[in-house]
Amino acid sequence: MAEYINRIEEIDYHDLLEKSIEKKRQGYRLSQACAAYSGGKLELSYSFADDETLELVTFRLVIDKETEIISLSEVIPYAAFYENEMKELFGVNIQLIEPDYKNKLYRINTETPFVPKGE
Amino acid sequence: MKKRSIVPYGPQHPVLPEPIHLDLVIEDEKIVEAIPSIGFIHRGLESLAMKRDFNQMVYVAERVCGICSFGHGFGYCEAVEDIMKVEVPDRAKFLRTIWFELSRMHSHFLWLGLLADGFGFENLFYQCWRIREKILDVLELTTGGRVIFSVNKIGGVMKDITPEMAVAISEMLTSVKKELKQIVPIFMEDYSVRSRLEGVGVLTKEQAHTLGCAGPFARASGIGADMRTLGYGAYKELDFEIITSDKGDCYARCDVRIREIFQSIDLIRQALDKLPEGELAAAVKGNPNGESFIRIEQPRGEAVYYVKANGSPHLDRMRVRTPTFANLAGLCETLKGADYADVGLLILTIDPCISCTER
Amino acid sequence: MAVMNFIPTALKNLLKPPVTTSYPFEPAEYPERSRGHISIEIDNCIGCGMCTRACPLGALKVDKNAGTWEIDRFDCVVCGYCVEKCPKKCLFVQPGYQTPGGEKTPSFYQKSPEVLAAEEEKRKEAARKAAELKAKKEAEAKAAQTAENADKKD
Repeated sequence: MAEYINRIEEIDYHDLLEKSIEKKRQGYRLSQACAAYSGGKLELSYSFADDETLELVTFRLVIDKETEIISLSEVIPYAAFYENEMKELFGVNIQLIEPDYKNKLYRINTETPFVPKGE
Repeated sequence: MKKRSIVPYGPQHPVLPEPIHLDLVIEDEKIVEAIPSIGFIHRGLESLAMKRDFNQMVYVAERVCGICSFGHGFGYCEAVEDIMKVEVPDRAKFLRTIWFELSRMHSHFLWLGLLADGFGFENLFYQCWRIREKILDVLELTTGGRVIFSVNKIGGVMKDITPEMAVAISEMLTSVKKELKQIVPIFMEDYSVRSRLEGVGVLTKEQAHTLGCAGPFARASGIGADMRTLGYGAYKELDFEIITSDKGDCYARCDVRIREIFQSIDLIRQALDKLPEGELAAAVKGNPNGESFIRIEQPRGEAVYYVKANGSPHLDRMRVRTPTFANLAGLCETLKGADYADVGLLILTIDPCISCTER
Repeated sequence: MAVMNFIPTALKNLLKPPVTTSYPFEPAEYPERSRGHISIEIDNCIGCGMCTRACPLGALKVDKNAGTWEIDRFDCVVCGYCVEKCPKKCLFVQPGYQTPGGEKTPSFYQKSPEVLAAEEEKRKEAARKAAELKAKKEAEAKAAQTAENADKKD
């Protein structure tokens, strides 16, 4: 049973697209993407997994609430589901998602339930 | 150009056990495009992490879904234990593995039954669920619950498997294996069943990879990814091989899952033989502080658990990425070019678990 | 490629007795560990409230002074965490499910009067002891004070 790598790499949000394309070319798949909110900052995590080496690399972006992120859905189509989820639950400002569910992925009444209002 | 029309499919549909909605763009009887929409049963369980104690969250995590419940509790515990650097006793690891494999078995039997129901073979459906009932009885005997076990806690397990119970499990495995062998030819060789399954919804290896599919759905397309090889729980001490098939159609998915049941039977036997003596749980002190990504192999595929803790009893974030969420894109791809009559079957072959997906 | 190979199994099933029991004419059997409902040996309860804090759903209520314990069985999911947390081990998970009902009424448990009286007695005893201790301490302090004063005078 080989040891596997499971690491978190902090990157600047401008590099996300570039690094994701690089990972995609290396044969990784997007394992998951999620957001977290702590201390007034949004933390986005994009995890890329390699099925051969069982490696899991997570790109961590720490951004402000207003920061604009460009969607990965052009490069990795299924990232759209994760990005729609982040946008709806955390209000992450993600541009150019295709398809954009326009905050109707989950049919909830509250806007951005994970991020308290007025903070 | 042929005339296109849009047929709404679901969320209430006889073939769907759970609500998912698809807008099917069809040309005559062929599907051109499928646009999924979910969100009918979003319960916001993840946001409960901010209001509940991290110990209580084990029970909340377990109730994310009724079928893969044990896996969710297990994955969440693994993540918190990873943060807190808790060394789980060996016996607890083996017990968790046994219960996890039992829940995989009953989940796969449930799926086989639903598949049989999906292609209109009611008798076979009852037969599968009848066998599944034996597994549920053993689960109730050992844990007290039929589908929701509540035996996990941070640091180990709460209940033990006594020698008598081990005998009961072993006897159940023997009889289930015998009965499963009787129904395998029906799924694998029957002419009418094969005519419904073979060549339907083909997903190639390349497609499965570019769409990020997981679990038996991806393995049926030839991707050899099984998170049990990561060696969490007791899996590093058990022998097993990743089961794959290269056809990528519904028949292959059925084949992979049936072989996985046999493999689970083997894994449980190995684990029962090697079951070490010892403590059931390690003492846990203090609150977690840190973050962790843990991947485990659910019956439906790879699930990712992310826990971010801040040193207080309440977590900052608990996130579950369930296999169905990853397989949605693959589902839409297989639907393209399929017949309208096969849609129900194709949705079933990813083994959708919408409650998990929406949490 | 076989055709209709389920027929032998179907015929066998036809001749065998049913695998299900004819509930409700036959009672359902539950194994010993079955998580049916939470029960309490109320007289052993010390009213510490650990169970109420442990409950993920907030289905429990404890009143220490009145000696009562309350559970909303319609909220309870029988996870067993209260049983795990109880310091006196007076909570149990027992087989037998909650029957459905038209209204959400909590189950109410009251300590028996003898136990309550005994507890009251104990509390009084403790209070008396505390008072005695306090009086003793005060007397000591007074004695020390007078001794000190006497020292000063000298």
